[in-house]
Amino acid sequence: MKAAASSSSLAMPKIRPSRILAWTLLFIGGVIMVTPLLFMLSTSLKDASQVYDLRVIPEAPTLDNYIEILGDGRFTRWLINSTIVAMIVTLSNVFFDSLVGYTLAKFRFRGRYIVFIAILSTLMIPTEMLVLPWYLMASQFGWLDSYWGIMFPGMMTAFGTFLMKQFFEGVPDDFLEAARIDGLNEFTIWWKIAMPLVTPALSALAIFTFLGNWTAFFWPLIVTTSAELYTLPVGLSSFAVEQSIQWEKIMTGASIATLPTLIIFLFLQRYIVRGVMLAGLKG
Amino acid sequence: MATVELDRLVKRYGQTTVVHGIDLSIRDGEFVVLVGPSGCGKSTTLRMIAGLEEISGGEIRIGGRVVNDLQPRERNIAMVFQNYAIYPHMSVADNIAFGLYRSKLSKSEKRQRVEQAAETLGLSQLLDRRPSALSGGQRQRVAIGRAMVRDPAAFLFDEPLSNLDAQLRTQMRIEIKRLHHRLGTTSVFVTHDQVEAMTMADRIVVMRDGRILQVGTPLELYENPVDIFTARFIGSPTMNLLPASVREGGADLTLGGSVQVPPAAATSADILIGARPQDLVPSSPDVPGLTVSGTVAVVETLGSETLVHIESAGQTIIGSAPGRQIPQIGEQLTLHAPAERLYYFDTATEKALAAR
Repeated sequence: MKAAASSSSLAMPKIRPSRILAWTLLFIGGVIMVTPLLFMLSTSLKDASQVYDLRVIPEAPTLDNYIEILGDGRFTRWLINSTIVAMIVTLSNVFFDSLVGYTLAKFRFRGRYIVFIAILSTLMIPTEMLVLPWYLMASQFGWLDSYWGIMFPGMMTAFGTFLMKQFFEGVPDDFLEAARIDGLNEFTIWWKIAMPLVTPALSALAIFTFLGNWTAFFWPLIVTTSAELYTLPVGLSSFAVEQSIQWEKIMTGASIATLPTLIIFLFLQRYIVRGVMLAGLKG
Repeated sequence: MATVELDRLVKRYGQTTVVHGIDLSIRDGEFVVLVGPSGCGKSTTLRMIAGLEEISGGEIRIGGRVVNDLQPRERNIAMVFQNYAIYPHMSVADNIAFGLYRSKLSKSEKRQRVEQAAETLGLSQLLDRRPSALSGGQRQRVAIGRAMVRDPAAFLFDEPLSNLDAQLRTQMRIEIKRLHHRLGTTSVFVTHDQVEAMTMADRIVVMRDGRILQVGTPLELYENPVDIFTARFIGSPTMNLLPASVREGGADLTLGGSVQVPPAAATSADILIGARPQDLVPSSPDVPGLTVSGTVAVVETLGSETLVHIESAGQTIIGSAPGRQIPQIGEQLTLHAPAERLYYFDTATEKALAAR
């Protein structure tokens, strides 16, 4: 008996109370975050009559919603719209944020500090306040209800510029000077030498921008009026206003929309964590 | 290959002048070392030659052509940096080939040049590797390879050996020197290490506070330093300087004793008498010269010789004894340097008083 007791104490290392507390909190946090996702998935597998049945595992699971949604031309269109918008805005941010960030980090010119502060100060203005001027601008230039209208406010961001500037400051000048002597012009130095040296920051920036635009709702809702220009979140919300609220459709669409996000997270976790650490924090 | 000429070259940062109108003429194929303490303007001078710093005044000519307003890439020079500056995202072969970025050679010719450079530098086996998989010495060789492939008018080296450990530094020193012999390309090498300067240079340029103090072969600088700064900067351990007052027929040392001084050195009342540790040896003073006695405080055994630090009237004097003769600490020791091995400086102006 004694021997059994001592061997069990050997097999079970002492667990500190602080650990138990941490695990409990993490578990509660996990449940809070995962439950809505589970409900979304579960609802997408139910038919309209079971939507208010709160069982997680549906009584009669069905893929009808998926077949219907994916067969609906509008949904495919919204998916394409979201992809186009998120991709172009991401590419634009990767290009312009890093170009401006590089210039601010590596060139000495009059007014450099003022330009930097001006860019940074735009971070303090909440999006809600910017929507009106954006709308007026879009309206004046005839960009309402167009791809460009959805994309233009996000083509370059202060956050991205700041992130890239911080990164480029860490690139030793020797690399750039060596390239200057090797015969590269300033643009090629940025593109061929500096950019590859900040790949982790570029990945983080690309991921944040893509996800931000993929899930963007407020501005695309305001700027678009025709259904064929809706992005996915705006399109899905229209299921809630047309006839009654079609929760099963909304949840099916949302499940499909979550897929790219999940895939990105799974494959690029490393960069996201590094990006968050480097950037301070960005939701 | 080309000459490099600096004519009244000035560099200012705002109100601060860091290079005060220096003149220097580097011959075709010459290996010149700019040496001096940090902040003396040597790196700035090199960067102005490279075109990485704008010049505030004067003229730079490479191969007789004024390059003041030319971009670095238009000057046909190659530079090796202290931190190697080899691109971490490219293989060794790509790094070396980058030196030919602007070249109009065909692909196969470029590859041939890269392979040749790699072979010369012993990098042939490493061409596919990334810089992160190389040692410090190998990285520096890649940087030299990138400079070599282009066949530039001049090589510029900005303290390229300071990040290497002592053994590698000696080895790379020899390799660079050998390479220079083979290629015969005009080279300007910046260092703060006087040993590097002495061992590598055809001519050394000693700089201080943005001015050139002296230009000469290593031996000229060792034998005939124009002032106290150069005298103490060149040679290791540094030269001993003993204060003395000139009187009729000689000079009295502050720490006791007297020395005969040549007439040219007796032009000032207060002088400093210099003796290199290698010349100050334990021996009986049977020939005229400098004799100092004191208590042995520190002994540095180097094998080939022994450096002896003696304390005399509150001043530390360094002499040298033969390798196998190791004095005891606390022992009384007399060191002697013959008169023809002594240096004389004016205390007030710090200039040398008699050419040797």
